[in-house]
Amino acid sequence: MTRIKYFQELFQRYRRPGDLVFAIIFLLFALFLLSQLGEQTKWVKRTKWFGQPSLWPSIAVWGMVIFGAFHLLGSMVSPRIYGRLKEVLFWLRSLEYVLYFLAYVAIVPLAGYLPSTILFAVFIILRAGFRRPQHLALAALFATCIALIFRGFLQVKIPAGEIYQHLPDALRAFALTYL
Amino acid sequence: MDTLLSGFQILAQWDVFAALVIGSIGGVIIGALPGVGPAVAIAILLPATFAFEPIVGLTLLLGIYGSSMYGGAIPAILINTPGTPVNALTTYDGYPMTRRKEGHRALSLAYTASFFGGIFSVICLILLAPLLALIAPHFGSREIFLAAFMGILLVVVAHRGQTFAAGMLACFGIFLNTVGLEPVKYTKRFTFDQSWLSSGFDLIVVVLGLFALSQAFLLLVEKDHAPQDANVQGNMFAGVKELLGFKRIATISSSLGVLMGMIPGVGEFTAQFLSYTYAQKTSKNPDAFGNGSPEGLVASEAANNAVPGAAMIPLLALGIPGEALTAMMLSVFYVHNVIPGPQLFETQLDFVMALYLALILLNVIVLVFLLFSTNLLLKIIQIPTRFLGMMILTLSFIGVYSLRNSITDCAIAAGFGVLGLILKRLNLPIVPIILGMVLGGIMEVKLRAAMAAVKTPIDFISRPIAAIIFVMIIGIVVLHIRTLILEQKAKQNPEPLGPDYEHSSQQG
Repeated sequence: MTRIKYFQELFQRYRRPGDLVFAIIFLLFALFLLSQLGEQTKWVKRTKWFGQPSLWPSIAVWGMVIFGAFHLLGSMVSPRIYGRLKEVLFWLRSLEYVLYFLAYVAIVPLAGYLPSTILFAVFIILRAGFRRPQHLALAALFATCIALIFRGFLQVKIPAGEIYQHLPDALRAFALTYL
Repeated sequence: MDTLLSGFQILAQWDVFAALVIGSIGGVIIGALPGVGPAVAIAILLPATFAFEPIVGLTLLLGIYGSSMYGGAIPAILINTPGTPVNALTTYDGYPMTRRKEGHRALSLAYTASFFGGIFSVICLILLAPLLALIAPHFGSREIFLAAFMGILLVVVAHRGQTFAAGMLACFGIFLNTVGLEPVKYTKRFTFDQSWLSSGFDLIVVVLGLFALSQAFLLLVEKDHAPQDANVQGNMFAGVKELLGFKRIATISSSLGVLMGMIPGVGEFTAQFLSYTYAQKTSKNPDAFGNGSPEGLVASEAANNAVPGAAMIPLLALGIPGEALTAMMLSVFYVHNVIPGPQLFETQLDFVMALYLALILLNVIVLVFLLFSTNLLLKIIQIPTRFLGMMILTLSFIGVYSLRNSITDCAIAAGFGVLGLILKRLNLPIVPIILGMVLGGIMEVKLRAAMAAVKTPIDFISRPIAAIIFVMIIGIVVLHIRTLILEQKAKQNPEPLGPDYEHSSQQG
């Protein structure tokens, strides 16, 4: 009994709710990579050990498995903290914003950088719970400034929107270069 | 002297100077905003700087890096919320001073101590430059391999209480670097026959995801709040003279900052911990620490601000970044084909000098700016956190998308954003992943090059510098084991674990 207590004390550590879930997922991922090590890396003939393409993936994956196992062990022997499900749901809630972000990425080449950035900023602000007109105006202003500074002034590499092709001649060239 | 003059000439170019001013002032504002650290700002701006000359891009990033901690002290002192994680210790003594109506004194003391730390570290660098130029050429492949390995080892053991987590995340970083087409034998590694995995994971995409997108998601999903209204009244120059009374603490804290900044894998937190402990132990009034001790404030601020300058040493001299921010800066060098390392000191010492002078100037610009505009900054930082989340998300897009106009890159960055959010919520460190990626790549290349000239294992450490680094590695392992044993013994008299004992594992 004393030994078990000593063992627990040895690996107990500070943690937050959800730590166990992350530790399990990480170890499972590491074990999956370990199972694929032979398949996904090559051991090349007539090459010394330090030149083998599989050397560093092996070191990394074995390190992930060993450290990950000890991390999980530490999580398992530490006192339970309540709020695990709530925490995991918090992580999952972030996926909603991932979706919005990817939709924004997909729209930019079609609608153009300036219009899609204004739309995106205003939408995110509305989704985040802001309703006052000055907040929406500030979001639109921020988006306009960002688009003009980065694409217009700094000429950062962002493709022009397909929609710009349909603009009147006088505006088209300007929009294709700066907006 | 000639190199110093040509350093001045480089700095006198209008675009370099503009980058310095924008970086310094921008860095202060970014640092003062709770929720946005220098890592987020540098990650976002990184791809935009690729279009500039290396010196312009680096000066901009250096400006942000070197000035953010000044800004971070403002909310730490006035509203008990650190602007950057590094300023957490500043709240211990800064906020109690504000409650005693000494906010202006605490702020001016923090600014002056930070200024002292910043200038002290640059002076050390300038004095060390000739020595570095002398030693750096003796760093061959095996020495650089050992130094990179020491960096990984230190980043793991420096995360006390989270060693296993730091270890597994560092290994994850090394793994990420190996994915894709291997450049020597042209074999595929963990590509699962997917074309999007063949080119591997780009460091900048991972950095943007882990630091910037994760922060945006976190701010958008968490409850909205805005820093409370605050203002500061009184003579802002009060602490300037007062610092002279704390010369000893400021000097030793800055020295510890320089030392910890120079060692890869160790950074502001360790420097602060050591200097704060030293200041408390040698103080005539140790009980005041944590209750508004000016000495504690000086120790914390002087130490953390001495780190950025010193962190440039391993980066410039050996091409080895010691922490996440210098790892990001390394990519600016690579993009412009300027390879940091021993040759840089031989062939481009004026470039190095210009960077050092930029560091001095940025400290002066920031100090003057802060002494006159703290109240203005306090108004700017009252942005609601969810609004800030939208701003970071919008800016992150430019960072990722402008790299290759790739939707896949954006999806990968978003994936790492979710991982970063989970790590931040669990207070697990992100830095080991980035260092694992960068140092893992360096170790792979250098081991291959080094072993070609090594006949027996002892050959590897037969050269003096290699032997010294090897002894240091052994020393680190032995000291870590000793600390673990002592901690285990101390557990016989356990202290309660509570919020007061928790410190952030995040950098930047």
